Amino acid sequence: MKARVTVTLKNGVLDPQGKAIEGALKSFGLEGIASVRQGKVFDIEVDTVDKSRAEALLNQACEKLLANTVVENYRVEVVG
Amino acid sequence: MRAAVITFPGINRQEDIARAFTIAGAEAVHAWHADTSLPQGTDVVVLPGGFSYGDYLRCGAIASRAPIMEAVRAHVAKGGYVLAVCNGFQIACEAGLLPGVLMRNAGLKFVCRAQHLRVERNDTAFTKAYAKGQVIEVCIAHGEGNYVTDDETLARLEGEGRVAFRYCDAGGDVTKRNPNGSRNAIAGVYSENLRVLGMMPHPENLVESLVGGTDGLGLFQSLVKAA
Repeated sequence: MKARVTVTLKNGVLDPQGKAIEGALKSFGLEGIASVRQGKVFDIEVDTVDKSRAEALLNQACEKLLANTVVENYRVEVVG
Repeated sequence: MRAAVITFPGINRQEDIARAFTIAGAEAVHAWHADTSLPQGTDVVVLPGGFSYGDYLRCGAIASRAPIMEAVRAHVAKGGYVLAVCNGFQIACEAGLLPGVLMRNAGLKFVCRAQHLRVERNDTAFTKAYAKGQVIEVCIAHGEGNYVTDDETLARLEGEGRVAFRYCDAGGDVTKRNPNGSRNAIAGVYSENLRVLGMMPHPENLVESLVGGTDGLGLFQSLVKAA
Protein backbone atom coordinates (compact mmCIF):
# COMPACT_ATOMS: atom_id res chain seq x y z
CA MET A 1 0.00 0.00 0.00
CA LYS A 2 1.06 3.55 -0.53
CA ALA A 3 0.92 6.14 2.19
CA ARG A 4 1.79 9.77 2.68
CA VAL A 5 3.13 11.12 5.95
CA THR A 6 3.05 14.88 6.46
CA VAL A 7 5.15 16.49 9.19
CA THR A 8 4.47 20.11 10.11
CA LEU A 9 5.64 22.45 12.84
CA LYS A 10 3.28 22.88 15.78
CA ASN A 11 1.43 26.16 16.09
CA GLY A 12 3.50 28.78 17.85
CA VAL A 13 6.86 27.26 16.86
CA LEU A 14 8.89 29.87 15.01
CA ASP A 15 9.32 28.89 11.36
CA PRO A 16 11.94 31.21 9.84
CA GLN A 17 12.01 29.17 6.60
CA GLY A 18 8.25 29.53 6.21
CA LYS A 19 8.60 33.27 6.87
CA ALA A 20 11.30 33.59 4.22
CA ILE A 21 9.15 31.70 1.67
CA GLU A 22 6.18 33.88 2.60
CA GLY A 23 8.28 37.00 2.05
CA ALA A 24 9.45 35.72 -1.35
CA LEU A 25 5.90 34.91 -2.47
CA LYS A 26 4.71 38.33 -1.39
CA SER A 27 7.60 39.95 -3.25
CA PHE A 28 6.21 38.50 -6.52
CA GLY A 29 3.13 40.61 -5.94
CA LEU A 30 0.92 37.54 -5.47
CA GLU A 31 -2.19 39.01 -3.90
CA GLY A 32 -3.89 37.22 -1.03
CA ILE A 33 -1.03 35.17 0.50
CA ALA A 34 -1.60 35.61 4.23
CA SER A 35 1.06 33.33 5.74
CA VAL A 36 3.24 30.30 4.96
CA ARG A 37 4.38 27.45 7.22
CA GLN A 38 6.61 24.81 5.65
CA GLY A 39 6.94 21.12 6.46
CA LYS A 40 7.93 17.74 5.06
CA VAL A 41 6.17 15.05 3.05
CA PHE A 42 7.22 11.37 3.02
CA ASP A 43 5.75 9.01 0.43
CA ILE A 44 6.10 5.52 1.84
CA GLU A 45 5.22 2.10 0.49
CA VAL A 46 4.27 -0.52 3.05
CA ASP A 47 4.18 -4.31 2.68
CA THR A 48 0.66 -4.80 3.91
CA VAL A 49 -2.85 -4.56 2.49
CA ASP A 50 -4.38 -3.98 5.92
CA LYS A 51 -5.09 -0.28 6.25
CA SER A 52 -5.19 -0.16 10.02
CA ARG A 53 -1.92 -2.12 10.26
CA ALA A 54 -0.32 0.30 7.82
CA GLU A 55 -1.52 3.24 9.88
CA ALA A 56 -0.25 1.72 13.12
CA LEU A 57 3.13 1.03 11.52
CA LEU A 58 3.48 4.56 10.16
CA ASN A 59 2.39 6.14 13.45
CA GLN A 60 5.23 4.20 15.04
CA ALA A 61 7.63 5.40 12.34
CA CYS A 62 6.62 8.99 13.09
CA GLU A 63 7.02 8.61 16.84
CA LYS A 64 10.41 6.88 16.47
CA LEU A 65 12.02 8.98 13.77
CA LEU A 66 10.05 10.94 11.20
CA ALA A 67 8.75 13.63 13.56
CA ASN A 68 10.23 15.31 16.61
CA THR A 69 7.04 15.58 18.63
CA VAL A 70 8.50 18.33 20.82
CA VAL A 71 7.99 20.78 17.96
CA GLU A 72 6.28 18.85 15.15
CA ASN A 73 2.89 17.30 14.38
CA TYR A 74 2.42 14.47 11.92
CA ARG A 75 -0.42 13.11 9.82
CA VAL A 76 -0.59 9.65 8.26
CA GLU A 77 -2.77 9.05 5.18
CA VAL A 78 -2.93 5.60 3.64
CA VAL A 79 -3.83 6.22 0.02
CA GLY A 80 -4.29 2.57 -1.03
CA MET B 1 40.52 10.15 32.72
CA ARG B 2 39.39 8.53 29.50
CA ALA B 3 37.21 10.35 26.99
CA ALA B 4 35.55 8.32 24.23
CA VAL B 5 34.93 10.46 21.17
CA ILE B 6 32.19 9.01 18.99
CA THR B 7 32.36 9.50 15.24
CA PHE B 8 29.19 9.27 13.18
CA PRO B 9 29.22 9.52 9.37
CA GLY B 10 29.48 13.23 8.55
CA ILE B 11 31.01 14.27 11.87
CA ASN B 12 34.15 16.37 11.30
CA ARG B 13 35.25 17.80 14.67
CA GLN B 14 36.27 14.54 16.37
CA GLU B 15 40.02 15.14 16.10
CA ASP B 16 39.81 18.71 17.43
CA ILE B 17 37.85 17.74 20.51
CA ALA B 18 40.06 14.69 21.14
CA ARG B 19 43.07 17.04 20.95
CA ALA B 20 41.48 19.41 23.48
CA PHE B 21 41.05 16.52 25.93
CA THR B 22 44.66 15.46 25.37
CA ILE B 23 45.93 19.00 25.99
CA ALA B 24 43.92 19.08 29.21
CA GLY B 25 45.64 15.89 30.35
CA ALA B 26 43.07 13.24 29.47
CA GLU B 27 43.37 10.15 27.33
CA ALA B 28 41.15 10.48 24.28
CA VAL B 29 40.06 7.36 22.41
CA HIS B 30 37.80 7.03 19.39
CA ALA B 31 34.59 5.05 19.06
CA TRP B 32 32.48 4.37 15.98
CA HIS B 33 28.75 4.86 15.56
CA ALA B 34 28.17 1.23 14.61
CA ASP B 35 29.86 -0.10 17.76
CA THR B 36 27.54 -1.57 20.34
CA SER B 37 29.73 -0.85 23.36
CA LEU B 38 31.93 1.98 24.58
CA PRO B 39 35.70 1.56 24.96
CA GLN B 40 36.69 -0.07 28.24
CA GLY B 41 36.99 2.41 31.08
CA THR B 42 35.17 5.31 29.40
CA ASP B 43 34.64 8.17 31.88
CA VAL B 44 33.32 10.79 29.48
CA VAL B 45 31.41 10.20 26.25
CA VAL B 46 31.98 12.93 23.70
CA LEU B 47 29.48 13.67 20.92
CA PRO B 48 31.45 15.99 18.60
CA GLY B 49 30.39 18.59 16.08
CA GLY B 50 29.90 18.21 12.36
CA PHE B 51 27.08 17.30 10.05
CA SER B 52 26.08 13.73 10.83
CA TYR B 53 24.18 12.16 7.94
CA GLY B 54 24.33 15.50 6.13
CA ASP B 55 21.76 16.91 8.58
CA TYR B 56 19.15 14.86 6.67
CA LEU B 57 15.64 14.72 8.15
CA ARG B 58 16.55 16.86 11.18
CA CYS B 59 20.00 17.71 12.55
CA GLY B 60 21.16 14.80 14.69
CA ALA B 61 17.99 12.75 14.18
CA ILE B 62 19.52 9.79 12.36
CA ALA B 63 22.73 9.70 14.43
CA SER B 64 20.67 9.69 17.62
CA ARG B 65 19.29 6.27 16.58
CA ALA B 66 22.74 4.74 15.84
CA PRO B 67 23.73 1.43 17.51
CA ILE B 68 26.30 3.09 19.85
CA MET B 69 23.59 5.29 21.36
CA GLU B 70 22.20 2.37 23.39
CA ALA B 71 25.59 2.13 25.11
CA VAL B 72 25.62 5.90 25.59
CA ARG B 73 22.17 5.70 27.22
CA ALA B 74 23.42 2.99 29.57
CA HIS B 75 26.47 5.15 30.41
CA VAL B 76 24.16 8.08 31.23
CA ALA B 77 21.85 5.85 33.30
CA LYS B 78 24.88 4.88 35.42
CA GLY B 79 25.65 8.56 36.03
CA GLY B 80 28.43 8.84 33.43
CA TYR B 81 29.53 12.14 31.93
CA VAL B 82 28.65 13.26 28.40
CA LEU B 83 29.94 16.33 26.59
CA ALA B 84 27.86 17.07 23.47
CA VAL B 85 29.01 19.93 21.28
CA CYS B 86 27.22 21.51 18.30
CA ASN B 87 25.91 18.62 16.16
CA GLY B 88 26.56 16.50 19.26
CA PHE B 89 24.13 18.73 21.20
CA GLN B 90 21.56 18.21 18.45
CA ILE B 91 22.15 14.44 18.64
CA ALA B 92 21.79 14.48 22.45
CA CYS B 93 18.48 16.36 22.21
CA GLU B 94 17.17 14.02 19.51
CA ALA B 95 18.23 11.05 21.64
CA GLY B 96 16.26 12.43 24.59
CA LEU B 97 19.38 12.81 26.76
CA LEU B 98 18.64 16.52 27.04
CA PRO B 99 15.33 18.41 26.69
CA GLY B 100 14.49 20.75 23.84
CA VAL B 101 15.27 21.02 20.13
CA LEU B 102 17.77 23.02 18.08
CA MET B 103 15.81 24.76 15.34
CA ARG B 104 16.93 26.79 12.31
CA ASN B 105 18.66 30.04 13.36
CA ALA B 106 16.07 32.80 13.64
CA GLY B 107 18.06 34.90 11.15
CA LEU B 108 18.22 31.93 8.72
CA LYS B 109 21.97 32.37 8.26
CA PHE B 110 24.74 29.96 9.19
CA VAL B 111 26.66 31.91 11.85
CA CYS B 112 30.41 31.34 12.15
CA ARG B 113 32.21 33.75 14.46
CA ALA B 114 33.79 34.36 17.85
CA GLN B 115 31.11 34.51 20.53
CA HIS B 116 31.05 35.49 24.19
CA LEU B 117 29.30 33.24 26.68
CA ARG B 118 28.39 33.79 30.30
CA VAL B 119 29.18 30.87 32.62
CA GLU B 120 25.97 30.47 34.62
CA ARG B 121 27.38 28.31 37.41
CA ASN B 122 30.81 27.02 38.33
CA ASP B 123 29.90 24.18 40.64
CA THR B 124 29.51 21.48 37.98
CA ALA B 125 32.04 18.98 36.66
CA PHE B 126 32.30 21.05 33.47
CA THR B 127 32.86 24.53 34.85
CA LYS B 128 34.90 24.41 38.08
CA ALA B 129 37.85 26.11 36.37
CA TYR B 130 35.72 29.20 35.68
CA ALA B 131 34.18 31.82 37.95
CA LYS B 132 30.40 32.10 38.23
CA GLY B 133 29.26 34.77 35.81
CA GLN B 134 32.62 34.79 33.99
CA VAL B 135 32.45 35.85 30.36
CA ILE B 136 34.45 33.59 28.07
CA GLU B 137 35.08 33.85 24.36
CA VAL B 138 34.76 30.75 22.20
CA CYS B 139 33.56 30.05 18.64
CA ILE B 140 30.22 29.23 17.14
CA ALA B 141 29.58 27.66 13.75
CA HIS B 142 26.02 26.50 13.18
CA GLY B 143 22.90 27.00 11.10
CA GLU B 144 20.53 25.31 13.51
CA GLY B 145 21.33 26.42 17.03
CA ASN B 146 18.09 28.07 18.00
CA TYR B 147 17.27 26.38 21.31
CA VAL B 148 13.55 25.83 21.70
CA THR B 149 11.51 24.22 24.48
CA ASP B 150 7.95 24.65 25.66
CA ASP B 151 7.34 27.19 28.45
CA GLU B 152 7.02 24.54 31.11
CA THR B 153 10.36 22.90 30.27
CA LEU B 154 12.06 26.29 30.06
CA ALA B 155 10.78 27.24 33.52
CA ARG B 156 11.98 23.91 34.88
CA LEU B 157 15.47 24.32 33.34
CA GLU B 158 15.78 27.83 34.75
CA GLY B 159 14.38 26.81 38.15
CA GLU B 160 16.74 23.86 38.47
CA GLY B 161 19.82 25.86 37.41
CA ARG B 162 20.31 23.76 34.31
CA VAL B 163 21.36 26.54 31.95
CA ALA B 164 25.12 26.09 31.55
CA PHE B 165 25.99 29.02 29.29
CA ARG B 166 24.18 31.97 27.77
CA TYR B 167 25.16 33.99 24.71
CA CYS B 168 26.18 37.52 25.66
CA ASP B 169 28.31 40.46 24.58
CA ALA B 170 31.84 41.15 25.84
CA GLY B 171 30.41 42.83 28.93
CA GLY B 172 28.22 39.85 29.83
CA ASP B 173 24.91 41.38 28.70
CA VAL B 174 22.76 38.37 27.75
CA THR B 175 20.20 40.54 25.95
CA LYS B 176 22.86 41.26 23.30
CA ARG B 177 24.57 39.15 20.64
CA ASN B 178 22.15 36.20 20.67
CA PRO B 179 23.29 34.62 17.38
CA ASN B 180 20.35 32.36 16.66
CA GLY B 181 17.23 33.37 18.60
CA SER B 182 17.63 30.76 21.36
CA ARG B 183 15.10 31.15 24.17
CA ASN B 184 16.60 33.01 27.15
CA ALA B 185 19.87 33.21 25.13
CA ILE B 186 20.60 29.60 26.08
CA ALA B 187 23.86 28.31 24.58
CA GLY B 188 24.14 25.14 26.67
CA VAL B 189 22.07 23.02 29.06
CA TYR B 190 22.66 20.30 31.64
CA SER B 191 20.78 17.10 32.32
CA GLU B 192 18.96 16.77 35.63
CA ASN B 193 22.02 15.21 37.34
CA LEU B 194 24.32 17.89 35.79
CA ARG B 195 26.47 15.18 34.18
CA VAL B 196 25.34 15.60 30.58
CA LEU B 197 26.23 18.95 29.01
CA GLY B 198 25.02 19.96 25.57
CA MET B 199 26.21 23.21 23.99
CA MET B 200 26.23 24.76 20.53
CA PRO B 201 29.53 26.72 20.87
CA HIS B 202 32.89 25.02 20.34
CA PRO B 203 35.11 25.23 23.43
CA GLU B 204 37.58 22.90 21.67
CA ASN B 205 38.41 25.66 19.17
CA LEU B 206 40.05 27.80 21.84
CA VAL B 207 42.44 25.69 23.84
CA GLU B 208 45.76 27.05 22.54
CA SER B 209 46.96 30.65 22.51
CA LEU B 210 48.42 30.02 19.04
CA VAL B 211 44.90 30.04 17.58
CA GLY B 212 43.57 33.06 19.40
CA GLY B 213 42.71 32.15 22.95
CA THR B 214 42.40 29.51 25.64
CA ASP B 215 38.99 30.30 27.13
CA GLY B 216 37.69 26.86 26.14
CA LEU B 217 40.43 24.94 27.94
CA GLY B 218 38.88 25.37 31.40
CA LEU B 219 35.96 23.17 30.45
CA PHE B 220 38.23 20.24 29.55
CA GLN B 221 40.45 20.80 32.60
CA SER B 222 37.38 20.84 34.84
CA LEU B 223 36.19 17.52 33.40
CA VAL B 224 39.62 15.93 33.73
CA LYS B 225 39.66 16.81 37.43
CA ALA B 226 36.08 15.68 38.04
CA ALA B 227 35.97 12.40 36.12
